[in-house]
Amino acid sequence: MATPYVLSRSGQSVLATNKLIRNTYTLLSMTLLFSALMAGLSMAVRVGPGAYLACTIGAFALIWLVLPRTANSASGIGVVFAITGLLGFSLGPILTMFLKMPGGAQTIMMALGGTGVIFLGLSGYALTTKRDFSFMGGFLFVGMLVVLGASLLNIFFAMPAASLAISAAVVMLMSGFILFDTGRIVNGGETNYVLATVSLYMSIFNIFISLLNLLGAARDE
Amino acid sequence: MDWMKISSAIFLGMMIVLLLPRAKAIMSNTPEAKPGDWNSAILPLLAVAGLIALLMAFAR
Repeated sequence: MATPYVLSRSGQSVLATNKLIRNTYTLLSMTLLFSALMAGLSMAVRVGPGAYLACTIGAFALIWLVLPRTANSASGIGVVFAITGLLGFSLGPILTMFLKMPGGAQTIMMALGGTGVIFLGLSGYALTTKRDFSFMGGFLFVGMLVVLGASLLNIFFAMPAASLAISAAVVMLMSGFILFDTGRIVNGGETNYVLATVSLYMSIFNIFISLLNLLGAARDE
Repeated sequence: MDWMKISSAIFLGMMIVLLLPRAKAIMSNTPEAKPGDWNSAILPLLAVAGLIALLMAFAR
């Protein structure tokens, strides 16, 4: 009589996965809204370009040093809001710069819309197919290291074409990460909604920044 | 070279150093792809590439 037990375990697993998905997407939408508010605030107070770097470094320090210790407690939610708030605040100088350009508001709206379509499309695809994309892990992490190395070199060589190629590569890599992370949520590879939210948020954030760079360059042409 | 560039370079260098051991661990634990797995990932990624091209054409 093992079948009822197996069915019950399977039912519990489905319920746990559904709860994880619901919690992740609720927290993700709240953090995206909070991020947008913080971006608006940093535009209103007109912070300098140095704020972008300072907030990004602060957010990554929280991700690397604080989040792993707090992810399993209630304080993890506060850390997620701190990370996404800092990253949202860092967007202020970039958005202000774009708004000063002719057609900059349209570029921002296109990047925002494009990011939304990419995230909803890929996440919906991974959720409905329930495929396991964990086989992409090695490829995605190596790709990210290559992109970071290329970005580091481009700080010194400052080649506009390389900057565009890096942005395009980041959009593709982060799209891969959306499939990978959503697949992990659906298939039980990730059971913590705080960590799942931060992973998905980082993909969305990077896609938005890179799309802004690509669309801004296309408009300049 | 201004301090922004130097700080960015240090930050990116630190990111690479911090990510390297994690990337190595993930690479050694990544499961083999089954037939059809890559197709299921590449098709939506191609759709993303198409969307980017479309958006860039609109932006011009």
